[in-house]
Amino acid sequence: MYDAHHQFDALPPAPGVGYKPQHWSDILENPAPVQWFEVHAENYMGDGGRPIAQLRYLAERFALSIHGVGASIGGAERLDPDHIARLKHLVNWANPVSFSEHLAWSTHDSHFLNDLLPLPYTTATLTRVCDHIDEVQSAIGRQMLLENPSSYLAFAESTWDEPDFLEEIARRTGCGLLLDVNNVFVSATNLGFSPQSYIDAFSVHRVGEIHLAGHDEDHDDHGKPLLIDAHGAEVAEPVWALLDYTLARSGPRPLLVEWDNDVPEWPILADEARRAATALAKVAA
Amino acid sequence: MSDISAEAPFRDALLDPSQAIPEGLLDGAGTPAGRRYDVYRNNIAVSLTEALETGFPAVAKLLGEQNFKGVAGFYLRHHPPKSARMMFYGQAFGEFLESFEPLAKFPYLGDVARLEFALRESYHAADHIALDPQTFAVEPEALMALTFRLAPSMRLISSPWPVYSLWAFNMAGGPKPIAGAQDVVILRTEFDPEPHLLGSGGRAFIEALAMQTTLGDAYEEALAIAPDFDLSSVLSLLIAQGALQGTTQ
Repeated sequence: MYDAHHQFDALPPAPGVGYKPQHWSDILENPAPVQWFEVHAENYMGDGGRPIAQLRYLAERFALSIHGVGASIGGAERLDPDHIARLKHLVNWANPVSFSEHLAWSTHDSHFLNDLLPLPYTTATLTRVCDHIDEVQSAIGRQMLLENPSSYLAFAESTWDEPDFLEEIARRTGCGLLLDVNNVFVSATNLGFSPQSYIDAFSVHRVGEIHLAGHDEDHDDHGKPLLIDAHGAEVAEPVWALLDYTLARSGPRPLLVEWDNDVPEWPILADEARRAATALAKVAA
Repeated sequence: MSDISAEAPFRDALLDPSQAIPEGLLDGAGTPAGRRYDVYRNNIAVSLTEALETGFPAVAKLLGEQNFKGVAGFYLRHHPPKSARMMFYGQAFGEFLESFEPLAKFPYLGDVARLEFALRESYHAADHIALDPQTFAVEPEALMALTFRLAPSMRLISSPWPVYSLWAFNMAGGPKPIAGAQDVVILRTEFDPEPHLLGSGGRAFIEALAMQTTLGDAYEEALAIAPDFDLSSVLSLLIAQGALQGTTQ
């Protein structure tokens, strides 16, 4: 019988990557420099077979982070009780050292739209998000981290800045924060604010994990740059620079490289993780 | 700050490209967001289309890439996923293909989609421990009195079309399909499910076993439907693929 390990009590302040089944045999052979893995919760909500067997293997040997993309925490409707029950089951048996979700919504009218969709930042949506986080945290019996989104537009009705909104949610619910520096760079470019000012305003002491990923470049109706959070390429140079800026404020943190589309061969992903390790070494505690 | 929230219009126009871009959405300079909204529409349509392409590769080959994308675009608007378990997206795709008027000339597509969906269900089904083959080393009378539980990853597909041959021709280098009904059983030895063509009576036999009928009675039921039913070929397939678990006497 599977015995959930207790050898890891937190994600290490070291590089991790999003686990892709394509890399299974590379990881068995030599995972270095990667020290931990993150998986999307929803991909492991089947009853058995290869995905569950692989997750069990990873959970026994590495610090594991489970990252949800489907709880719809920012949504206007109640959380799907079946989804929450499946999440609880997964967290119970895989026993990850971290669980995180997004400040976003994905379900409407009982339909799952498979994207992380934005919400206005108002006092009303703040209350709703806090209620949903309370529900998730009590279902899984542990603290979760909430991730900042990437934005392509803003709601005219918003009355809160995003870092303040996240800080207030964390203060009310006791959740931690997941800071995605690529998302900060994408949103800053798209909405015309300074990414460094965003980091300055962010309560970095609450950050339990940092995400890095690649983005695509496009343009809006007025020819202004519009970056797309595509997770299908190397981390861009200005995002590495923003990471250095962030780590200088936050100190060492678990750093995750996400690469979900056009997944590369393992050595390319390992190189990205190596670069993350170099960034961490500069701010060694 | 606007008096009326843009949340509801934002939601309602996502799957309907004919709707205008909702008001109350801005770029960073305070001007209307315009096609920035389409990033979300596009992300949804592309990711759901890709999920269908990944889940239904044989249907995609039969339709051709462009046709498949068009059909997927209709499907995802009328049948968005009902849960975040994208691994099970497309449960109604077979039925949709059968009822989709422009595809009336290809009535077999629905069953090919059902076969592909069943393969996916099998892939994610619960694990089980296969029966020890020693179980069968008993006197014929005792053997015929055995009942079985079948693997949770087993699936049966029956079609008036050559659904196995259509799948194998497109996915596994099989010969060109010949018209005629086919029954298929999907079995998973460890992690990779495979479809197997069943001879006549095979389906009735497996269905009887699934109802906890004794081996002897299941054999009789299959023979009543198909006098040429070949017990040893079906039984050896089920044993070799580990589809039988635990017996009850």
